[in-house]
Amino acid sequence: MKYLDEFSDPELAKRLVDQIHATTTKSWAMMEVCGGQTHTIVRHGIDQLLPDGVEMIHGPGCPVCVTPLEVIDKALEIAAQPDVIFCSFGDMLRVPGSERDLFRIKSQGGDVRVVYSPLDALRVAQQNPDKQVVFFGIGFETTAPPNAMTVYQAKKLGIPNFSLLVSHVRVPPAIEAIMQSPDCRVQGFLAAGHVCSVMGTAEYPELADKYGVPIVVTGFEPLDILAGILRTVTQLERGEHTVENAYQRAVRDEGNPVAKAMLADVFETTDRSWRGIGMIPQSGWRLSERYREYDAEHRFQVADITTQESTVCRSGEVLQGLIKPHECEAFGTLCTPRNPLGATMVSSEGACAAYYLYRRLQTPEVVTSGG
Amino acid sequence: MVEPVTLPDPTMPDFSGWTCPLPLRDHPNVVMGHGGGGQMSGELIEHLFVPAFGNPVLAGLTDSAVLELGGARLAFSTDSFVVQPLFFPGGSIGHLAVNGTVNDLAMSGAQASYLSCGFILEEGVELSVVAQIAADLGAAAEHAGVTVVTGDTKVVDAGHGDGVYLNTAGIGLVPDGIDIRPQRARPGDVVIVSGLIGVHGIAIMSVREGISFGTEVVSDCAPLNGLVAAMLAVARDVHVLRDPTRGGVATSLNEIAKAAGVGIELIERDLPIPETVANACSFLGLDPLYVANEGKLLAIVARDEAEEVLAAMRAHPLGGDAAVIGECVPAHPGMVVTRTAFGATRVVDTPIGEQLPRIC
Repeated sequence: MKYLDEFSDPELAKRLVDQIHATTTKSWAMMEVCGGQTHTIVRHGIDQLLPDGVEMIHGPGCPVCVTPLEVIDKALEIAAQPDVIFCSFGDMLRVPGSERDLFRIKSQGGDVRVVYSPLDALRVAQQNPDKQVVFFGIGFETTAPPNAMTVYQAKKLGIPNFSLLVSHVRVPPAIEAIMQSPDCRVQGFLAAGHVCSVMGTAEYPELADKYGVPIVVTGFEPLDILAGILRTVTQLERGEHTVENAYQRAVRDEGNPVAKAMLADVFETTDRSWRGIGMIPQSGWRLSERYREYDAEHRFQVADITTQESTVCRSGEVLQGLIKPHECEAFGTLCTPRNPLGATMVSSEGACAAYYLYRRLQTPEVVTSGG
Repeated sequence: MVEPVTLPDPTMPDFSGWTCPLPLRDHPNVVMGHGGGGQMSGELIEHLFVPAFGNPVLAGLTDSAVLELGGARLAFSTDSFVVQPLFFPGGSIGHLAVNGTVNDLAMSGAQASYLSCGFILEEGVELSVVAQIAADLGAAAEHAGVTVVTGDTKVVDAGHGDGVYLNTAGIGLVPDGIDIRPQRARPGDVVIVSGLIGVHGIAIMSVREGISFGTEVVSDCAPLNGLVAAMLAVARDVHVLRDPTRGGVATSLNEIAKAAGVGIELIERDLPIPETVANACSFLGLDPLYVANEGKLLAIVARDEAEEVLAAMRAHPLGGDAAVIGECVPAHPGMVVTRTAFGATRVVDTPIGEQLPRIC
């Protein structure tokens, strides 16, 4: 596909890898923020090609992984109610709540549907006026604009039986939280290209200055990732810490003004818990006052559900880059994609699942599942 | 010395077969993943069906059973079809019902001779729809050279079915000297695929989800008995054949690797994936290795026979794009890995249930 295939060319990749090797003289640890980038790195084995000193720390940018257990439990409570059609992106269905997942709700008669766009859920609401239709609105600045658009449309078209269960999160506060962690080892960031295609790059110079870290806006194909790594290493070697855009075919400095205007209208920032990390101030979005009537949490009165995370699961440390997935005692034994303890093992974008799916040969200490 | 025998109490559940990790533990009900052809389907068969009616023939868990009956070697297989939509680009549930069973038999090296056919119809379905499916089924049978010799019809209440479900079963003779089964894969053997992969699954998805991918993707649904006959004509010692339907190439190769106790290594850049399938998968967050095929086969053959088999396949209309995609290796038995275009390796696992589209 145009703009994809050209960015997977093995010959060009080798040249970039050679340049990275030629540039690197010291050890550097950098974080790719987005789960999609983690997926590309592990799927193509890009980290196996890097100099020994260059370490990729897998960031908290998988929307499925960071959605707190509490929100999953709220989703399950709503989806189990009669006369509710619960719509979600596919990979949220297997995320375990405290006792069950959406697949089980579906098998017990709940109407749970996979959709590819929140606007599909709105259409379901129009077609089923006697049902309550709820869309599970999770994710970063990338999935937020279409969800905002859907609520905007619901209000404009007067579709009263639609609502959104919102657990949106924002990248810059997460970068700030990671840098403030006393154990932080991150020296540079590959920023999430698609987040920047919406929001632009204006939020990052302050972070780069404050923490002295290079931030390179990076895409998702193998060559994009390698180019991002090369630019980050180059800055680190020179002692620089600026914001660079290595994904210019998708990202403009100002971002997407139309999407930003839609976000500003429909959402407002709020404190948000991240699974495995905890509460990060002002790191989330919720529906603004004007759209509060479309908030599923209020409509179904599930706001008081609170739940604790598994104590065995160390996904928080994985998401903060403190340990690699296979360094968790439960990895591959108690915790597999079949029986995930934490969400990082659920989505194929999650660091633990990516390691489990693609890396068991390189982590021989892991006992593979006999099932 | 004779040990006292304790007969099992049939009223008590037998937990001895429920090995760790406990199957079905997290699902007291059937979920869609149990039908996905992956780990969950496997556990359902291994821990629920086999204990209930297992026997030495069933134990092979191959696509079709090979039986001795009255001096003849017969292959026998059954398959059910619950596809939505009933009609899709390149075929219908009627074509699938014939080709699915013909192909299951062909994967034992058998030429299908006779089929049975069961129609489960939902109250209210238009008779013209049933007639079209029956006509497609008849045409597919004629094309594949099989005869539908017995059948059954049931009707369920409106809302209790999905329009039309079909079941077919088939029998055919296995020629003398043919021994094709997953256990025969050996280190050094070559893995061949008969053509472009992932086409059927994407064709179904494009109509089911209303997503268009620029050009129309047409299902590859086809009977493979002719292609298999052409292959066996040049090499009777084909070790393994498999049609990678539900769960795709990845699932079939994992089953073979586990059954034979060999490792399988694929070369990613040699996988014949059409651009439309690659694009659709990239768009939906799916992996083409896990997408269903209905007119493709995987063959595992000894290295010194590979060229002849490949030439025979390429000379057949259904094998024009046949390609070597990897080999069996002594390392990592039971595991499938692929070598990426960048020279790294990654594991190609059995999917758990259904493949889920990624969020972004």
